[in-house]
Amino acid sequence: MINFKIFFQGLKAHKGSKSPAIPLAACFIALGALLKDAGFNLQQSAASSLFTYALPGQLVMAESLLVGASIINIFIAVWLVNFRLYPMTVSLFPLLEHKKQPKWKYFLSCHFLAVTSWLIAKDGYQKIDKKYRIDFWIGIGIGTWTTAILMTVVGYLSADYLNKDMLIGLAIVNPVYFFCMMIGAMKNLSITSAVFGGTILGPLIYTVSSEWALLFAGVIAGTLAFLIGGKNGK
Amino acid sequence: MASSQIIILAIIATSLATFISRFMGAITSKKVSVKSKVFEWFNCVAYATLAALLGRMIVFPAGVLADSDLFIRIVVLIICIIIFMISKKNLVLPTIVSAILLSVLNSI
Repeated sequence: MINFKIFFQGLKAHKGSKSPAIPLAACFIALGALLKDAGFNLQQSAASSLFTYALPGQLVMAESLLVGASIINIFIAVWLVNFRLYPMTVSLFPLLEHKKQPKWKYFLSCHFLAVTSWLIAKDGYQKIDKKYRIDFWIGIGIGTWTTAILMTVVGYLSADYLNKDMLIGLAIVNPVYFFCMMIGAMKNLSITSAVFGGTILGPLIYTVSSEWALLFAGVIAGTLAFLIGGKNGK
Repeated sequence: MASSQIIILAIIATSLATFISRFMGAITSKKVSVKSKVFEWFNCVAYATLAALLGRMIVFPAGVLADSDLFIRIVVLIICIIIFMISKKNLVLPTIVSAILLSVLNSI
């Protein structure tokens, strides 16, 4: 069913100098504390990370609840901020595809798709035998997902002991980690242009429309990067 | 403060809104070949969207981060990227430094 040797190789991505465990822990601890602030109980906080497992969406949910937004509004706001998961899945899953692997593995493991797991998988898939890449992915996913859920609980329980400056410090870890990982991934002209274009257009379009900013910035900067890369042969 | 029922509904709505994109992605993936132009385009859009999200998180953050100064956030980010570059792409070091640095700079 699952090649456990490869599975553990994915799980082991949590060790070493590229470990995502610290940034993941930091941001989900901060989230746990925020959810407590928003009136969640411990089970609800854990359930949120278990079923959603996408930090920006969970932040949007908590903040929308704090300002009293309707459920429909929350749904739309979360959908727009998490829509990035669609192109991210399409740019990763074909790399993990193998005819001999059952479809259910792909449809279930797509739940593990989040920025951290995606960046690790993109960084390491080439070293894995094509046939078992999906098991490698499941290993990465189980590791990051479990870390996220456990740390949400830790954050919830330690909320009273963390002061504001500590929470602010924890909150920056996540974007810093992602930025560093993306810079590490800039191996060709199209990805480099996509990263620069997105970083500039994201905040810029946000000043016009807070909800649609990510979608527009991503499609515009991504398409430009695709065209630039195509023209230069890479 | 939101009631328990509202919170549960919000968790369900958030999870559904998130899973739709992942699941649609998994379905689309079945029809996309790694060597196609479409795949390359999706790859560019994925990186650009992610970069847009990160740019927004630093410039217009949600949550507690909004209580820190924009200038301090950018300084911390740049210092950490430099650490990342000179430490042979070590990711643990810049992330630990970022938390300590921002906490300290923000409390001054």
